[in-house]
Amino acid sequence: MSTQSASLYGAGSFTGTLNADTLSADARRESLGLLALLSPGLLLVFTVIIVPIGWLFWLSLFDESGALSAANYARFFQQASYIRTFITTFKVAFFVTGACVLLGYPQAYMLSQLPRRAASICLIFVILPFWTSVLVRTYAWLVILQRKGLVNSWLIDLGVISQPLPLANNLAGVVIGMTHIMLPFLVLPLYASMKTIDTDCLRAGMNLGASPAATFRQIFFPLSLPGLASGVVIVFVLCLGFFVTPALMGGGKVIMWAMRMEQTTSLYSNWGAGAALGVVLLGVTLALLGLFQWLLGARATGVWSSR
Amino acid sequence: MLLSIAPTALPIGISGIEKRFGGVSVLRDLSLDVAAGEFLTLLGPSGSGKTTLLMILAGFVRANAGSIKVGGEEIIATPPHRRNIGMVFQNYALFPHMNVFHNIAFPLKQRRVSAAETAERVERALDLVQLKGLGERRVDQLSGGQRQRVALARAIVFEPRIVLMDEPLSALDKSLREHMQIELRNLHRRLGMTTVYVTHDQREAITMSDRIAVMNAGRIEQIDRPEVLYASPKTRFVAGFIGDSNFIPVECRNGSVWYEDRKLRMTSVAPAVGCHLMVVRPEKLRLVADAESAGTINVIPATVGDVIYQGDSFVCYATLRDGRQVTLRDYCRSDVLARLPRPGEPVNLGIDADDVVLVAAD
Repeated sequence: MSTQSASLYGAGSFTGTLNADTLSADARRESLGLLALLSPGLLLVFTVIIVPIGWLFWLSLFDESGALSAANYARFFQQASYIRTFITTFKVAFFVTGACVLLGYPQAYMLSQLPRRAASICLIFVILPFWTSVLVRTYAWLVILQRKGLVNSWLIDLGVISQPLPLANNLAGVVIGMTHIMLPFLVLPLYASMKTIDTDCLRAGMNLGASPAATFRQIFFPLSLPGLASGVVIVFVLCLGFFVTPALMGGGKVIMWAMRMEQTTSLYSNWGAGAALGVVLLGVTLALLGLFQWLLGARATGVWSSR
Repeated sequence: MLLSIAPTALPIGISGIEKRFGGVSVLRDLSLDVAAGEFLTLLGPSGSGKTTLLMILAGFVRANAGSIKVGGEEIIATPPHRRNIGMVFQNYALFPHMNVFHNIAFPLKQRRVSAAETAERVERALDLVQLKGLGERRVDQLSGGQRQRVALARAIVFEPRIVLMDEPLSALDKSLREHMQIELRNLHRRLGMTTVYVTHDQREAITMSDRIAVMNAGRIEQIDRPEVLYASPKTRFVAGFIGDSNFIPVECRNGSVWYEDRKLRMTSVAPAVGCHLMVVRPEKLRLVADAESAGTINVIPATVGDVIYQGDSFVCYATLRDGRQVTLRDYCRSDVLARLPRPGEPVNLGIDADDVVLVAAD
């Protein structure tokens, strides 16, 4: 018995060919079948994502006369207005993201600690603004914040201020309006990640001698960071390309990247320059996402945890 | 001194604990004393209140009434972080954003222990749970058994007065679980901390405990040493929950106990009157040749239903004259194997007078 099995399986001398051709043909057929099933999706991705981005990139390489040139990219370094727009865009995105974190973290924390039913009712109020048009909400803020708007007239009537505060048609107005629109994008992923934090971990923290505040600081907060990070990235990236609210609330004084694109294409009909703006925005966004991925990866290997 | 023996162990006095969740009573006037250094297991089916009691001891759940005294000091209203009680959670509850070292150092950090002493104590705790050199590992790089050990090290590194364990082995596979049972018991013997252990696994409870409190519907049915609990269950629930049992209805008349028309010989004192159940463990039943009781043996006639060979032992299902099924188990010694009963064969089941245990029929 043992000698027989040794001769069958021993020393790698056994290479079966029984039905080998049929089986490999079958495997090939299966791969082709799977590819055929995938093809509608691949076609869609190709026509609505790959082709337009390629086209955008292609357009950006031609100047107004239609000649191939790098002039559209050179402009970023030569014209101060471009650099100003770039800085404004990041400044607005930074302030809005910061305001969203300050408002959204406590909100998500409260939602995560509420009983299930109360939490789902409160969630409706977080999601409700999603169902209202951005344009309507922005005009509403304009009404509330303008020189003779609700806030200023109330504050003056109460005698808190004598001159109306500049709340609209400037950076402050843009940040307030955009924060309102962006908040759910931070709260929802943050809430989802807070819900996954094991309550036993918090109990363990207290059991091991950490006060409730210390448990929050040393356990809950670090464990909520990945959710916070994804919310921050979503909000920041959305801010970079935002158009409606800055266009209305900025009163023409706050020029962001997307508005610049609109100007170049519709006002000056310079498609090449507009395309170059798009390509740079896309590149910056991808770089940010890459940085985020890298940070998360670093966290997974324990760089963040060695405190 | 770190991880010293016995002197730090304190007794726990639990009395009059009441807990209701929205009108439903989960613990009813529960009282229990745990001796210093004792390994006490709360054993019961799910919903018996054992985990709730543990949560009340740890301070995560507030009781409606009652008192918990640790070494004479009332802690019922003390917040969990000031109780100084170690706990091992069912899912370990290790902190996923910290490595093994920081997990175990956590309770020391809260107590402002110096870095040098922390390192030394964590090292010794790791050594104690046989994880030496794994301090830098991430939690998700550990196997289930290793996580279990880290949770244990974290629960004892700050020398708590009491250690609570909530089904800590339930997530492990069978062989590792059995190994860890022995290891936990040995660790308890070395460190001597007062331990309250929760499980629904009666075998685990018997293996590890000094005493077992069997819980049912928010009450303690019986609390005793494992061997007493097994040999002399006081209620039908305890008899049914711990080990396998045959229940044979008997009647008490005039100070003696009758099974049908046979008077039972027994060494324990018979209850005066009423219907009771005789609890007979499968391994206490045996096949006897004589049809009549003789000496200290009670004999009950039966018919063999099925015989199942299990290698080291065999199980025989037999039907009594009243149609009731009983189970008999015996080891496969060669003399027994030679005379294995066959299905349909009439047999006589023998029960020694010492093994007759009665519980109230409910």
